[in-house]
Amino acid sequence: MAELLRFATCGSVDDGKSTLIGRLLYDSKQILADQLQHVEDVSQRRGDGSLDLALLTDGLRAEREQGITIDVAYRAFATARRRFIIADCPGHEQYTRNMVTGSSTADLSIVLIDARNGVVAQSRRHASIASLLRIPHLVVCVNKMDLVDWDESAFDAVVAQFAEVAQRLEIPDVTFIAISARLGDNVVERSERMPWYDGPTLLTHLEEVEIASEQSLAPARFPVQWVIRPQDADHPDYRGYAGRVAGGSLALGDDVVILPSGRSSRVAGIDTLDGDLDRASAPMSVTVLLEDDIDVARGDMIVTGEELPLVTSQLRARICWMAQSPLRVGDRYVIKHTTRSVRAVVDGVEDRLDIETLRSDQSAEELLLNDIGAVSLRLSGPLVVDPYSSNRETGSFILIDESSNDTVAAGMILG
Amino acid sequence: MSAPRSHLDSLEAEAVHIMREVAAELERPVLLFSGGKDSIVLLRLAEKAFRPAGFPFPVMHIDTGHNFPEVIEFRDRRVAEIGERLIVASVQQSIDSGRVVEETGPRASRNRLQTTTLLDAIAEHRFDAAFGGARRDEERARAKERIFSFRDDFGQWDPRAQRPELWSLYNGRVRRGEHVRVFPISNWTELDVWEYIEREELEIPSIYYAHEREVFARDGMLYAASEFVSLADDEQPFTTSVRYRTVGDMSCTGAVRSGARTLTSVVTEIAATTITERGETRADDRVSEAAMEDRKREGYF
Repeated sequence: MAELLRFATCGSVDDGKSTLIGRLLYDSKQILADQLQHVEDVSQRRGDGSLDLALLTDGLRAEREQGITIDVAYRAFATARRRFIIADCPGHEQYTRNMVTGSSTADLSIVLIDARNGVVAQSRRHASIASLLRIPHLVVCVNKMDLVDWDESAFDAVVAQFAEVAQRLEIPDVTFIAISARLGDNVVERSERMPWYDGPTLLTHLEEVEIASEQSLAPARFPVQWVIRPQDADHPDYRGYAGRVAGGSLALGDDVVILPSGRSSRVAGIDTLDGDLDRASAPMSVTVLLEDDIDVARGDMIVTGEELPLVTSQLRARICWMAQSPLRVGDRYVIKHTTRSVRAVVDGVEDRLDIETLRSDQSAEELLLNDIGAVSLRLSGPLVVDPYSSNRETGSFILIDESSNDTVAAGMILG
Repeated sequence: MSAPRSHLDSLEAEAVHIMREVAAELERPVLLFSGGKDSIVLLRLAEKAFRPAGFPFPVMHIDTGHNFPEVIEFRDRRVAEIGERLIVASVQQSIDSGRVVEETGPRASRNRLQTTTLLDAIAEHRFDAAFGGARRDEERARAKERIFSFRDDFGQWDPRAQRPELWSLYNGRVRRGEHVRVFPISNWTELDVWEYIEREELEIPSIYYAHEREVFARDGMLYAASEFVSLADDEQPFTTSVRYRTVGDMSCTGAVRSGARTLTSVVTEIAATTITERGETRADDRVSEAAMEDRKREGYF
């Protein structure tokens, strides 16, 4: 059976991002006749000489009319080896907000660099966000190699420039691929024109890259979503805690602690519709039964004894601000973290990051739309948290504005 | 235990998580069930999420009155088998009460009228969340829609004012009169749905399998000859072996020539198809380049 890989691409129109995605879909035979017909029709109507594969990712009417991309689009494709979900993030409007959104669920991120221009401000922004969001794998596609005569030294120059950025941002896994999205070289088909390139094609890399086992090796975390209590004749005393394993694994017989109460119990059963399990690991959705009849509800977290998460009413977090009006000290929001929501007051704005260099500006007093900065929050009740650096699920949260109900920030808890 | 999980396991785990979030955070959800393959998958996912208890929400069908009889029979039987509560909201009643006006002519369809019936039913039952089986691979506008798709009190979708959706933290907050459409299988493809039906051994209405049917050709598609369509002079009905790839109204859902009489052979055909599901079988999307986008803005599924 094929595994699922989620990856994000980000860039503006000029990067060739839409062309790259179109090329991936087209060359891996995911484009069906009527979709291709649409591309042919529009290409012809515009008087383009060749097929514009970027049209395959055409979106909403306003986007077509204005030639821009407004919002993250999610696309699916599959090969015999893997099933892929692409979070296709636009580069123009709401750049940071979109890329943070698309990256939050990604196992891998693709940065496109124009071989003629080398590493530019936008490439550094991509890398910074991938680093902040802790995407396990980064792929740098050095694109438009056809426009630099397939020259190895142009590729090497980008590699050297970017390696420096990656080192500074502490990005552990970077793969460089020399491609031409327009002509298809090294996207799905291996290029004949760059014999000096001995790495994988993009598709081969996507099929072979190891999918983070990080989450399932982490300490056990099970946020309770919902309590299942049938209270019928067949199940008079059934009380199951439904949720999705957010880290590590839980096994039958494990000693567990329920937080924030701190009471302990033992796993008496792991239920699914398909029968009982001995063990459930991230990111499975299951129902956990406990040996003791204790009060457990939505918002509680079931964890195993070693490496307990922090139970706290004070948080320091890196946030991406996504609302028009600025974030200021004293503002109040709802914070949603795993399955628990409490109120939060902004106690302080610690800094704002320069998103190109990740340098910290500690004179910042507020955060504006698309800013990323560190804040301290005081909470109306305790949350059960891990640092984002050790668990992306139990280390992340959103802030919601209670007057508009909008999601106004993405947060990553600092250790 | 460390064997890699299949993509269907991952997609299922995500969908079950979404359904439980809705049950926990919204007051009055409903699951929209058409008897079609996508909503059949939704029903199974709800069983995965909430058994051994009952669903914490009813199941609702927007009945256009132009449905395939095989599908209505299946709908009633399936919901009874799993012991859940079915609400039927009827487009015919919306017509009878003057809420909407029946289209006329050879291309008349009740597709668009469903939106009013759906919004009226949501208001009548005060639903604040409605699960739907829409998928992002179906259509361009859908690719940009959130899993939790916020609708204002006119039921409208505003693609420029969507809430950012991060990690698996969904924001389903609504005010009175507003609701969210929730699409737990957003990230599934048509093939995923079929493979899941095969894996879970789910029963589907008979019209998904090849059968002999009286059809006529129109705009390069085959439609069922039925009391709900009037034929033009040059349209001649004939009988051939077809199956349906989607289940909509008899008046606007095209059939596919096929001899696939088993699930395995249907899945094989879908895997090898060269045309998208909506392109092949849905007249409702052929009206304009942005047909789906426009209908969604009005409050369509």
